[in-house]
Amino acid sequence: MTRHVARRRPALLVVPALLGLAFLLVPLLGLLVRAPWARLPEQLFSPEIGAALQLSLLCATLATLICLVLGIPLAWLLARGDLPGRGLIRALVTVPLVLPPVVGGVALLLVLGRRGVIGQYLDEWFGISLPFTTAGVVLAEAFVALPFLVISVEGALRAGDGRLEEAAATLGASRWLTFRRVTLPSILPGVIAGAVLCWARALGEFGATITFAGNFPGRTTTMPLAVYLALETEPEAAIVLSLVLLLVSVAVLALLRDRWINGAT
Amino acid sequence: MRRVVPLVALLVLAGCGSTPAPPPAGPGGVSGAVTVFAAASLTESFTKLGKDFEAANPGVKVTFNFGGSSALAQQLNQGAPADVFASAAPANMKQVTDTRTVTETPVTFARNRLQIAVPKGNPARITGLADFGRAELKIALCAEQVPCGAATKKVLQAAKVTGQPDTLEQDVKAVLTKVRLGEVDAALVYRTDVRSAGAEVEGITFAEADQAINDYPLAALAKAPNASGAKAFVDHVRSDKGRAVLAEAGFDGP
Repeated sequence: MTRHVARRRPALLVVPALLGLAFLLVPLLGLLVRAPWARLPEQLFSPEIGAALQLSLLCATLATLICLVLGIPLAWLLARGDLPGRGLIRALVTVPLVLPPVVGGVALLLVLGRRGVIGQYLDEWFGISLPFTTAGVVLAEAFVALPFLVISVEGALRAGDGRLEEAAATLGASRWLTFRRVTLPSILPGVIAGAVLCWARALGEFGATITFAGNFPGRTTTMPLAVYLALETEPEAAIVLSLVLLLVSVAVLALLRDRWINGAT
Repeated sequence: MRRVVPLVALLVLAGCGSTPAPPPAGPGGVSGAVTVFAAASLTESFTKLGKDFEAANPGVKVTFNFGGSSALAQQLNQGAPADVFASAAPANMKQVTDTRTVTETPVTFARNRLQIAVPKGNPARITGLADFGRAELKIALCAEQVPCGAATKKVLQAAKVTGQPDTLEQDVKAVLTKVRLGEVDAALVYRTDVRSAGAEVEGITFAEADQAINDYPLAALAKAPNASGAKAFVDHVRSDKGRAVLAEAGFDGP
């Protein structure tokens, strides 16, 4: 009975739904249509694109590692820690999700730049200057990507069953051991999903990167920056670069989808 | 914000539709809305020129879309409704004239030249282009793909200096920001940018700047929704008064 009702598709919903789908997919198809297929291999294996892709993959991976190290404990604190003003803290943690990335870049520059609130001491005392370095790219990417991991892991923690942890505790396990051997394995699908999302977000980062880390081939020019600059003079190269990013994103999200389904069932 | 302007212009124009009768002309013979696409480096001077133009022609509203010249050229080629295009480089004007005829040959109305920009007080004691080869300094330049970057390449070649940049920015204002914030010791930007930054940035002139003077072409567009307004605005920019505003902003005369 219910199955029969669910199978009927009212046109009022289907038409806008299909329009919505087309709205999202047609621009992506546009990339495929306009791609210079004949010159694709030559464009794809040019040293500039290779360098940008390599840098993008490296930075996104490092940013994801930073997010894992900082994000899992932060998510745990938000989900399990008994801290005051948790709602506000959670809101603040997710701000970079909605903040225009350029604003994030400006904020990073004002704090970690050479004349920044913290950056000036890094420069003075340790001779460390983050803008215009690969480390700067990693930081900018981690800044925009961290909320994805935190949200994902916090959700997994909340959905999880706290009784196993209690049982571990009553059997004499320390809190750290409980976290490591009981909590972490139980939320692993959530952590993986978060990490993949985080990585994909880091890979596509543009605004914060170009604002905070600048643009220099081989050092800070990631794929999105290369796309933007290529558009100025070589639209064909920009299309090829965009295709590569699109392909990577689709692959990552397809993978993620499976993980999520596996995690849920 | 920049994205919003053409949209607003589009809505205004959509409102007008294809009705043949334009609203009655003001005393200057110009009426309605004039939409101007202008290079980002013209932001300060054209905003002033627009106000003057509106004051001289009551009832006229000038709307600007400031942006990178190549982005603007692309928008125009995609059919963005506009009356006037002021480009920071002849190449970008050509992109428009190639596909979309302009009423007459674009005229050069201003020229710009590069200057070395350093943060207030010149902490790294920059004296000339030769300092751009010092690896220990933080240097920002325009990327070669954008007009200021092409000019940068020319002056560095003329000075026989191999620049040691730390970043190649996507437009001249981004370079200027890095100087304003003190993140770099020196940069190459247009003289007009140094002037627009006020006391935060100091400019140092250098002889090789003569090797890469940038021409700014201006044209009324053929499909301009407001042809008379377009022509009047072009004339206004080229008038003595217009030249004075541009000179004040640091532009050289044509």
